[in-house]
Amino acid sequence: MSENNLVGIVLVSHSAQVAASVAELAKGLAGGATTVPVAPAGGTEGGGLGTSAELIAAAAASVDRGAGVAVLTDLGSAVLTVKALLAEGDELPAGTRLVDAPFVEGAVAAVVTAGTGADLDAVAAAAAEAYTYRKV
Amino acid sequence: MLDADFFRRWMAVTAASVDREAERLTALDSPIGDADHGSNLQRGFKAVVAALEKDAPATPGAVLTLAGRQLISTVGGASGPLYGTLLRGTGKALGDAAEVSEAQFAEALRAGVDKVMALGGAAPGDKTMIDALVPAVDALGDGFGAARTAAEQGAEATIPLQARKGRASYLGERSIGHQDPGATSSALLVAGLAEAAGE
Repeated sequence: MSENNLVGIVLVSHSAQVAASVAELAKGLAGGATTVPVAPAGGTEGGGLGTSAELIAAAAASVDRGAGVAVLTDLGSAVLTVKALLAEGDELPAGTRLVDAPFVEGAVAAVVTAGTGADLDAVAAAAAEAYTYRKV
Repeated sequence: MLDADFFRRWMAVTAASVDREAERLTALDSPIGDADHGSNLQRGFKAVVAALEKDAPATPGAVLTLAGRQLISTVGGASGPLYGTLLRGTGKALGDAAEVSEAQFAEALRAGVDKVMALGGAAPGDKTMIDALVPAVDALGDGFGAARTAAEQGAEATIPLQARKGRASYLGERSIGHQDPGATSSALLVAGLAEAAGE
């Protein structure tokens, strides 16, 4: 792991718009963390609702700076596709991890934390911790 | 003994039956899913057949590993990583033997089904593809025809079940009374074994 490189973040949703908007939201709310590499991987390659292994692999490659890649997903096939790609071994960059976190809140926490130069463990922990924030 | 040609035939006849049954699979997926199961699997198995024609893998294990890889990357729904993991897991368990016995295949398929259960977290009775695959693997010792019957009965037996995995689980009791689309397509896959064997 490089000391200077930032952890990359990939946001996988069934919808291209949701993935892109959550990426924009997380970067916007992260303020100074604009240097964090964040890539959306939403919908199918044809632009429909679903999950594309190719888009996920391309997004992960595009944000990999050598410090690891945290992948956040919405549900169903997004989760299963990332797990299946990780099981393949060579489809995603080394140090790619599926993070168990709520999609929107976890994305914000992950981008803010990655912006501090934190390592993948800390980014994953911050994203997972977003589950503990109760709204009522 | 089963060679690479047998497994290529298995994939080809499954692609054909998925093609024939695509509308029915999508219709089953309409009340309790998102109405894309037939078209998703059609796209996936079409890509499998194309990849097998292009690369012509030489061993049973290589045929199934390549087929699984195609399903993971082309289906676009949850059935892609699930069926992809099933075929890849089975293929990897077969190793690089040029021919395998039916008993070796049964053991490998069980390893593949175990990987699907680990990936999706489903157990028998959850109204998923597992409800067709587990009885099929259990019956495989009595031949492909017995496995086909067991898979078809397993798929039909999902009708009274309440879904506990995937999108259908959000429907709660309203998922009762519908045959699970994934168990139905799994029965097609198992029936493909018998057809490929000429039974």
